[in-house]
Amino acid sequence: MVTGRAIKHRDSALWLAAMVHRISGLALALFLPLHFLTLGLAIEGEARLESFLRWSDQPLVKAAEIGLVFLFTLHLLGGLRVLVIENFEWRDGQKQLATLAAALSAIVAFAFLVRVF
Amino acid sequence: MNVRLYLWQRATAAVMAPLVLVHIAVIFYATRQGMSAADILSRTRDSFAWAAFYGLFVLAVSIHAAIGVRNILIEWTPLPERRVDACIVFFGLVLAVLGFRAVAAVVLW
Amino acid sequence: MTTELSVSLWRGAQNGRYETYRVPQRSSQTVLDVVTFVQRHIDPTLSYRFACRVGVCGSCAMTVNGKPRWTCRTHVAKVAGRGKLEIGPLENLPVIKDLATDMQPFFEKWQRAKGAFAPTQTRNDPIAQIKPDTPSRKAADAAIECINCGVCYAACDTVRWNADYLGPAALTRAWTLLNDERDGGNIARLQAIAGTGGCHACHSHQSCQELCPQALNPTVAIAALKRRTAAAYLKGEIKV
Repeated sequence: MVTGRAIKHRDSALWLAAMVHRISGLALALFLPLHFLTLGLAIEGEARLESFLRWSDQPLVKAAEIGLVFLFTLHLLGGLRVLVIENFEWRDGQKQLATLAAALSAIVAFAFLVRVF
Repeated sequence: MNVRLYLWQRATAAVMAPLVLVHIAVIFYATRQGMSAADILSRTRDSFAWAAFYGLFVLAVSIHAAIGVRNILIEWTPLPERRVDACIVFFGLVLAVLGFRAVAAVVLW
Repeated sequence: MTTELSVSLWRGAQNGRYETYRVPQRSSQTVLDVVTFVQRHIDPTLSYRFACRVGVCGSCAMTVNGKPRWTCRTHVAKVAGRGKLEIGPLENLPVIKDLATDMQPFFEKWQRAKGAFAPTQTRNDPIAQIKPDTPSRKAADAAIECINCGVCYAACDTVRWNADYLGPAALTRAWTLLNDERDGGNIARLQAIAGTGGCHACHSHQSCQELCPQALNPTVAIAALKRRTAAAYLKGEIKV
């Protein structure tokens, strides 16, 4: 509207949680068709799927997969935030919980990193 | 967003919460074991359980993602509501078709 | 020796620019004092709104360093880092001139949300006996002190992005009326807030709750509305 500059209250952890939830959802939604097409390679035979899996062993692809696991976990926890706000009693300390959720997602993604590399 | 879309969005989210946890566990297991395509397919082939699990997942995510994207299109693009509805119905169908095809690919082929 | 503040004020209407003024800093100075100083001593053409000056009317709400606040209740010492202030009109509303916005859209949405009391009795009936400690009365009381200042509306990004969205204040008022035993308009009200732009458009960013000068919590009220409308819809009491 008027200023066109960033509104400062967007520095709240809870606003950020909502935004991360949206962006991660969008990213996952865009990724999903690719994921389905990949799995669908099995129709062309086991070898075809196998060659794709080998291709995806590359470090860059693995890094992208770690990113996806991170987004996936973030989106799940962000969704739980919404479901809790909408269905349970109000709690203070939500900011801390939101930060904890982000940390948890990072841990899950890191665990995946360790297994995959 | 209205009450009907809201209910579908939240309901599919609630359905998927446990499915997501299982899926993450599956991802971890498969990568840990370094499973090949043959390993994966030998477990999914002719499995009613996997077909049901991932079939449900595909159905729920097609609805959930379509409604989520709808919110983004309405709030962040100048597209009129009718155009947005057409886009997301198409998107939901694409996800459902590709998704069920993928499930069929690993269960039936 | 008085220090000086560098104060940027929005001048113009929707198209305008920030102009900078130098204002002497004084102890216990509020942002409203600063704006008043500019209008009285520097530029009499500056337009702005205020009334009570003591934090009970909500008229003086403006955007101060990026956040919507009551300027009479905002101490300069708390917000003017390095002696700089940027003051603009409230966001999400049409600008009439300088720091004054047109509140009409805000109040229209109030009406659209059926934020008006629908009486069921007349003056000839005995006064209704409302117990203050019933759950519904407590819920209404917790949300009732809204004075329509517009801060939550200006803070809300969903209002910014979704022209149909009724906004936190209108929905909170609808919530108080839903909890009012004397009110007879609940089906129409639930219907009004269950469609496009209704309570379900809220994404729980919680900027409203963070910034409300009356410490109200629209996020909680709206969450409750989501549950109520969902139940009403599933029971067939309202349609979408």
